[in-house]
Amino acid sequence: MTLSKTSLNRRSFLKVSALAGGGLFLSVGWLAGCKPGSKEAALGMPEEWFRINGFIRIGENGLITIMSPNPEGGQNVKTGMPMIVAEELDADWSKVVVEQAPLDTDNFTRQFIGGSQAIRMGWNVLRQAGATARQLLVNAAAQTWDVPANEITTESGYVIHTASRKKAHYGEMASLAATLPLPENVQLKDRKDYKIIGTARKNVDAKKIVTGKPLFGVDYKKEGMLYAMIIHPPAHGLRLKSFDASEATGMPGIKDVFQVKSHQDDYERTFFDTTSFTDTVAIVGNSTWEVMNAKKAVKVEWEEFSTYEESRDWNGRKEKRTIPAGLEDEQEQLRKMGIAAKNARTVRKDGNPEDAFRSAAKVIERTYNGPFLAHNCMEPMNFFAHVNGDKVECAGPLQKPELTEQALSSRLGIPIENIHIDMTRLGGGYGRRSYAHWLIEAAVISQKVNAPIKLIYSREDDMTGGIYRPMYQATYRAALDKDNNLIGFHVNAGGLVEPPLYADRFPAGSVENYLAEEWTVASNITVGSFRAPRSNFIAAAEQSFLDEIAEAIGKDPIDFRLELLKKAKENPIGQNNDYDPVRYAGVLELVKEKSNWEQVPAGISRGVSAYFCHNSYAAQVVDLKIENGQVKVEKVVQAVDCGLIINPDAARNLCEGCVVDGIGTAMYGELKFNQGAPDRSNFDRYRMIRMSEAPKVIETYFVESQIEPTGLGEPGYPPVFAALANALYQATGKRLYQQPFAPQLS
Amino acid sequence: MATFNLNINGKTQIVDVDPNTPILWVLRDHLDLVGTKYGCGIAQCGSCTVIMDGNAVRSCSIPVSAAEGTKITTIEGLSEKGDHPVQKAWMEHDVPQCGYCQAGQIMSAVALLDNNPNPSDTDIDNAMNGNICRCGTYVRIKKAIKTAANS
Repeated sequence: MTLSKTSLNRRSFLKVSALAGGGLFLSVGWLAGCKPGSKEAALGMPEEWFRINGFIRIGENGLITIMSPNPEGGQNVKTGMPMIVAEELDADWSKVVVEQAPLDTDNFTRQFIGGSQAIRMGWNVLRQAGATARQLLVNAAAQTWDVPANEITTESGYVIHTASRKKAHYGEMASLAATLPLPENVQLKDRKDYKIIGTARKNVDAKKIVTGKPLFGVDYKKEGMLYAMIIHPPAHGLRLKSFDASEATGMPGIKDVFQVKSHQDDYERTFFDTTSFTDTVAIVGNSTWEVMNAKKAVKVEWEEFSTYEESRDWNGRKEKRTIPAGLEDEQEQLRKMGIAAKNARTVRKDGNPEDAFRSAAKVIERTYNGPFLAHNCMEPMNFFAHVNGDKVECAGPLQKPELTEQALSSRLGIPIENIHIDMTRLGGGYGRRSYAHWLIEAAVISQKVNAPIKLIYSREDDMTGGIYRPMYQATYRAALDKDNNLIGFHVNAGGLVEPPLYADRFPAGSVENYLAEEWTVASNITVGSFRAPRSNFIAAAEQSFLDEIAEAIGKDPIDFRLELLKKAKENPIGQNNDYDPVRYAGVLELVKEKSNWEQVPAGISRGVSAYFCHNSYAAQVVDLKIENGQVKVEKVVQAVDCGLIINPDAARNLCEGCVVDGIGTAMYGELKFNQGAPDRSNFDRYRMIRMSEAPKVIETYFVESQIEPTGLGEPGYPPVFAALANALYQATGKRLYQQPFAPQLS
Repeated sequence: MATFNLNINGKTQIVDVDPNTPILWVLRDHLDLVGTKYGCGIAQCGSCTVIMDGNAVRSCSIPVSAAEGTKITTIEGLSEKGDHPVQKAWMEHDVPQCGYCQAGQIMSAVALLDNNPNPSDTDIDNAMNGNICRCGTYVRIKKAIKTAANS
């Protein structure tokens, strides 16, 4: 066992938070989800719950409720995080009920999902929550039985004193345990003793999902609730001038039509307060369909805005950003990017890259482009809000409730302690739900109509609402000497509005002469985090380029990468190399073995790629063929090193999703602008991968690791773009430099 | 507004709505059957799939006026205890990630298997191609359909 000092403060453990019951109108108790005859059903609902700490309540009958602190968006943290608590509590998983915590900053820390960090950042807190509760139960048993605490053991929900043959389930000790002083130190389990972590446990919400129970924000209902939608400008660069709602207000079921301002003009925004359109028109009525109809009848006039400055405060880092006026087109954007690339700033330089390129026997130069992408969460943006005087109740899907709460409080002029946010299951997030302007819009609408409302975006509102994956460009150059050694490497990368570069990542550290430069182009098109931000483009570019270098020098693409990683390990170049060459090589070696790399089946074209991001490593081998002009991905083999695995089958599911999503985005994803307006607004023109286009087989292998858990929701996503591109090159003889790939293959 | 007698999950439901209201919104807003999801409103994503007279249809694009005299099954009506073979297969393979599209996926799969108890891979692709899963669970969906077909 490991002795660990408890870092959660006493208040957080002792505080009894006033959990609101939640407003899901069909929110029956957990028993409804139990299988008849199961242990949970047999055990029944306890008569009394004892709160051991913010994470754990134990019923007198031994049933345990574990709060899942972070929002659930499909990464399965709602199962995985409580598994960690249950492990250290030494609970019987079949007697554990999981409940989604609301935003509660007194009891929980970092209730975010983003950056694949929920498990990694939660790891120690969750273990301590379980271990502390376990120790309190042991102490309660020691007191009850009058035996020394260090003679008491636990096993699957029982405290046991072997010498006196005493045994009791946790429920019997819970009332006393809840009153005992907190232990200063707790024992954490050794990994060899894990019984829950590392074993496959089913998604705790699976039954509710497959039976259609209300779980999502759009499902939220409350007595007297009205429905609301907004109209936002049709193009970036436009703002609301005026509107005429005379026809709409007379339509059936319509209560009100009015202007909504999501942030006051002088509001100093934080990083996630991005809004594409601060002023919108809201339509409120009795049903979604009536509101949708009335929306079409509102006549709105838009006008171009002038260039303005926006100030932001990101954890004390103040920033002023100039938002340019104008209705942008793709050609103009590309022209500006070309100019900016010539004026890039150096972000890393090792050795003497200028000399290396001057003396090179051969220089390879390639430019890669990636378009704007819409997140396209299947559940469109929505939120429930009820502003009742100076009390605010909200519920819905969002990734960073704590940050949004601050903006909401500021906008409404209502203190944070009067705001309650319930976190519903997210019908996908992928970064989009970090920017919760729709929560503020919902609350402002509720305040105006003085009633509970649910705001829902139509798919078109959602897809044309901005906050896209930025448009990116990267130019790579490689210098080879006469013996085909890689003597220089140069990357120049930028984006509109953010750059994609991670200058300290591989191959930095493995090449003597290295230069990384970046640039940005200002725009009024809003961008934001998109699954594996930056990496989702730069991995595709870099890993396609490495494939091309390997081919030029006549080396196997995996061996070529492994040789570079060996150099980075044994003789690293430069400072601050942001990856572990051993773990990086580990996934390449594993994927090489598992894909049977050297034995390519007849008729199959094969490509490889690997990448490090979000503290984890992933490598993929894509096998495909082209039949009747259609790309058929026969198989993808992937190796992932994300440290210790909590829930292996769920982890595999997530990695499979990364592959399918990555292939889909690489093949089909794009959004362009004409006169500031996105060129597509729904799934008729925004092509998403479908079942017939998904790989037939995906095999996922994890590197066995003693490292603490690292990220998993994103690391498998970026590399597959390039593994696909490299396999397509083998099939067609054509290198792909522009995403998406599909239009270039027909 | 007009009154419609609907047969939903074996029960008669009477609603008083605009005749053009899509079945999707009648289910969600008027009958509190929110398992059927809105995704695109133009029959392109399959989130709103229900079974109408034995066929998988997109409820976002069929007006309530066309629903009278038909039998509609939604995800809530598939089984009383969540033990329809397709639901069980979905749980066995732990298919869902975010889960939003899965009701629609399940309804498409049920309609497929009702009409074709032993579908080939191509049959499955054809029946399921109208259902988008943004999380990318297609490989598991296909496995679950095969498991359900064999059960």
